[in-house]
Amino acid sequence: MFAYALRRLLLAVPLLLGITFISFMVIHLAPGDPVEVQTGDMTERNIREAYKALREMYGLDKPLHEQYWNWLTRIVHLDFGRSFAPDGRLVLTKIGERLPITLLLNIIEMLIILALAVPIGVMSATRQYSTFDKITTIFVFLGFATPDFWLALLLMILFGVQLGWLPISGLRSLNWEYLSFWRQQLDFLSHLLLPILVATFGGLAGFSRYMRQSMLEVVRQDYIQTARAKGLAERVIVGKHALRNAMLPIVTILGLSLPGLIGGSVIVEWIFAIPGMGQLMVQAAFERDYPVLMGNLVIVSTLTLFANLAADLAYSLVDPRIRVSGRRR
Amino acid sequence: MHDFWRALSRNRLALIGGVVVACLAVLAIAAPLLSPWDPNRPDVRKILNPPSQGHLFGTDQLGRDVLSRMLFGARVSLAVGFVSVGIAATIGILLGSAAGYHGGLIDAAIMRLVDLMLVFPRFFLLLAVLAFLKPSIWTIMAVIGLTGWMGVARLVRAEFLALKEREFVTWSQSVGASGFRIIWRHILPNAMAPVLVAMTLGIPAAILTESGLSFLGLGVQPPFATWGNILNEGKDAIELAWWLSLYPGFAILLTVLSYNLLGEGIRDALDPRLRRSAGVAARAR
Repeated sequence: MFAYALRRLLLAVPLLLGITFISFMVIHLAPGDPVEVQTGDMTERNIREAYKALREMYGLDKPLHEQYWNWLTRIVHLDFGRSFAPDGRLVLTKIGERLPITLLLNIIEMLIILALAVPIGVMSATRQYSTFDKITTIFVFLGFATPDFWLALLLMILFGVQLGWLPISGLRSLNWEYLSFWRQQLDFLSHLLLPILVATFGGLAGFSRYMRQSMLEVVRQDYIQTARAKGLAERVIVGKHALRNAMLPIVTILGLSLPGLIGGSVIVEWIFAIPGMGQLMVQAAFERDYPVLMGNLVIVSTLTLFANLAADLAYSLVDPRIRVSGRRR
Repeated sequence: MHDFWRALSRNRLALIGGVVVACLAVLAIAAPLLSPWDPNRPDVRKILNPPSQGHLFGTDQLGRDVLSRMLFGARVSLAVGFVSVGIAATIGILLGSAAGYHGGLIDAAIMRLVDLMLVFPRFFLLLAVLAFLKPSIWTIMAVIGLTGWMGVARLVRAEFLALKEREFVTWSQSVGASGFRIIWRHILPNAMAPVLVAMTLGIPAAILTESGLSFLGLGVQPPFATWGNILNEGKDAIELAWWLSLYPGFAILLTVLSYNLLGEGIRDALDPRLRRSAGVAARAR
């Protein structure tokens, strides 16, 4: 196990370098001639100044390898520079304020998705072609096809505007400070309800589909036949023998779909005005706040890399076959 | 081939998907003929009119006809879908076949690049890149294509690994055919089935991405109408005009759903064994 973990960690090093390299290359997309940029809320002068600041910060006039080395040494020291926004704060501080919110949202999301997708997938697999299975199949296709931002808009119109039951932006009400402790928690939860509903919808469709597929494959295996033949209760066969094996690929898919889930928080956070990494990213893109963009990109993808790694290790813990062959698929 | 059409025509959902896909293409191409109004002409007397006889889907903040804007928006969505998937498939096929055919160091390098690209949450990467570029429909197509080729590369590589040991390939090698010729004439045609499926399922994914970017205001820019930026403008009037949010979103849903049904139908008709790999690869977005 230890050797396997070490090997996976070593493999992550070139990926880490790759992340910094690609992010570094993105800087070079910056327009050499700032006049070409005409959109956004910035005037030409602002853009020219931003570009000049960028040149100085990353030494864009030096040779490429030198630039990359400088960039790398700064990143290793977690030095992402200062934001181009008027407040001019450290990029790292800005990200630090917002990261916990995005992490919290994504963890809650993932727990809800798993808690619902596993039973749904198992039930539709053990009752293949039943009414329940058909309804979930329709739900899955709708889940894949529904744009999350549209779902968010519709829910805002329904619950926020028409019914007036739920708040539609931010994390706290204006009068938050004057509420009692429990009221405050309730207020916070009511702000989270719609964003989390939207964020889990699409993921839930995908995961329940995978779970169903995986379960269908496992149920056909010989050892399930054997379990049946020796007269075990169906509940034990499904719950103990089939479920455990069917869960294995889900761990992998969880790791693989992390970038998608985290990326999805961009739109959800933007719509619901939740001050997380996603919202910061969109604001930075509008304001051409290059240091924030680069810092966000590096940090979010590094976190994703480590989350993937954790999923891989978890997978090898539950499925020893992986450690021997060393490779999935 | 005959079997393929028979299997596909038996799948009712796939047929419905195919018909809707065809209708959408016709609507998009014939948009200038079908639009009841000029999609970009404002009319101050008709600001935010609810759906009526004259304007079936209502009007927006500038008094423009939403239905006409949506018809023109269909052109953008479909064009972005097709072109970006074309770019992604080209890159995916080139890299995937190089990796699968040559193996060794080339394979390792290309597959690490695939792993690397998959680590980036796509929307973060897209936003970072788009912030530096001049936004236009061409940039959108290019960036969606350039960030979406990894699934195809993996599929093609897997097919090549399986096919290159087969007799017809070893035979061509023994008579001295060039590597390029073997890849292009002998292996690739046999590896295209899963790629086609992945492409059919990739189009709706690209359309969703484009509409998401346009919704954020970082995609195709107004006055160019797209489903995403109609929704973006609709968001500002969310308390006044539900029709601005309802119809364009539904158009996206219908389009994506139809392509998915058609794509899954093609996959099942081509080869039931593909069921898993192609779907997962196309959805890993």
